[in-house]
Amino acid sequence: MTQVKALIKRELMAYFYSPVAYVFIVIFLLSTVGTTFFLGNFFESNQAGLEIFFLFHPWLFLFLIPAVGMGLWSEERNSGTIELLFTLPVTMLQAVISKFIAGWIFIGIALLLTFPMVLTVWYLGDPDNGIIFTSYLGSFLMAGAYLAITCMTSALSRNQVISFILSVIICFFLVLLGWGVFTNILSQAFPVWLVDVLSSFSFSTHFKSISRGIIDSRDLIFFLSIICGGLLINAVILDAKKAN
Amino acid sequence: MIEVNQITKKYGSYLAVDSVSFQVEKGEILGFLGPNGAGKSTTMKMLSCFITPTSGTASIVGKDILKDPLAVRQNIGYLPESAPSYQNMTVSEFLNFVASIRGFDDREKENRIEGIIGVTSLEEARYQTIDTLSKGYKQRVGFAQALLHDPPVLILDEPTDGLDPNQKREVRNLIKQMSREKAIILSTHILEEMEAVCTRAIIIDRGKIVANGSPADLLKESNMHNVVTMKTKSSPDQSLNDLLVELPGVAGAETEESGDGLFLTRIKPENKADILSEVKSLLSDKKVDIEEIYREKGFMDEVFWNLTHGGRN
Repeated sequence: MTQVKALIKRELMAYFYSPVAYVFIVIFLLSTVGTTFFLGNFFESNQAGLEIFFLFHPWLFLFLIPAVGMGLWSEERNSGTIELLFTLPVTMLQAVISKFIAGWIFIGIALLLTFPMVLTVWYLGDPDNGIIFTSYLGSFLMAGAYLAITCMTSALSRNQVISFILSVIICFFLVLLGWGVFTNILSQAFPVWLVDVLSSFSFSTHFKSISRGIIDSRDLIFFLSIICGGLLINAVILDAKKAN
Repeated sequence: MIEVNQITKKYGSYLAVDSVSFQVEKGEILGFLGPNGAGKSTTMKMLSCFITPTSGTASIVGKDILKDPLAVRQNIGYLPESAPSYQNMTVSEFLNFVASIRGFDDREKENRIEGIIGVTSLEEARYQTIDTLSKGYKQRVGFAQALLHDPPVLILDEPTDGLDPNQKREVRNLIKQMSREKAIILSTHILEEMEAVCTRAIIIDRGKIVANGSPADLLKESNMHNVVTMKTKSSPDQSLNDLLVELPGVAGAETEESGDGLFLTRIKPENKADILSEVKSLLSDKKVDIEEIYREKGFMDEVFWNLTHGGRN
């Protein structure tokens, strides 16, 4: 436990040491709020709710989360510090989980900083706070799933850009499977049950369901299993590639 | 303290380390030598539990590297090649991180860090971020990290690589100071360094141990071992040369100009025997005026060449 704490602390410090953290948070806020007002026409919708705000999260996270996680392992491999890390008394599992949690906390901080949106809808009307809460929870869980996939691709390459691109591609695929426009196209070629099965593997399907205000165990299990699966593969890849 | 038993590492069909076995006791400084790519670093990485051997194993202070890697890691200090560290942390933050991972409480941490900063002379660099430090300081940070928990076993991969002569000297002294209480393995390319620091050396070539002995033992392998070299102002005449060659145990003598205005004669013994006293008594009998006379210990670079390169043809 002391090891995990020390590793998380180091990783979080590493984020805030570089200006990248602040640039990221600013971009995160600008893009989440910007899409709500300009693409989502928040004011014209005449609703005091955050549905429009959360609507864009699966698409924004596609780029934002890989940016947070791309360096977690590739940087470590590139600079050779991985050799230092894994000759300290730290297990693979501790290291993988700590990096992930640090990234997740960082994203959580960015997400919490969108609180003015909540204040806005409180000011404008009388929103359903339960829905806002579950939406935030869903968004955070979904971010975790994206991040686990990015951790995995980050372990694959010493190059951060390659990690980023691989992660965007995988996440894009997982978002696409649940996107109405895409499933419509699919259902013309495939039977409905198959399209349903495919879309049940999508981030957007489960995120939509949580942001309706109901925390369904299936959605929780989906995100948590993506996280666990991603981290497990992350550990396997690292074990195989750490020394090259 | 360190027992290595037929440790082997294969990358695909390439044998990086081929059933290497050796032991290191407390108080020893074992030098690991070999050409680039001979398997030095790979062996050290296996001992420090960074990579797992394909077959064979090793134990460090009685703990097996395969069965109990965490206990092994707690008992060794490892300095990886080119001393990697987290570049955007300051020295004290980095050491603090390592101390936390090693599980020291706050007071213990402070004491240890204070102590190690003194030992490695890092006082001035303490609050600087590591990426602004010079190569020598970065190396010291690597040292500090490896020594922080005062481990019984130290594994140092090229500890003086890239340092200037003064820094090299400091690092060598530091290693020697610590050797009484520890078992130390270090790898190096520098033969003089091995001769100066190590109590024993292992030469490894293409994954195999080709020599294992003290530097003095290794020098006995040299063709120049026990050759008597004398310097004279004038070239020794033919009669003296004949007398030298006729001495019992002498195989031959050759003279050349040594460049400083003197003539250098090398008298080669048979079977590397010690012939210095015979040569000396002959020279004093004949009243030959000599500037300098000594017995060669041998040349490490020649031994190294013969063991690692000569065998290739």
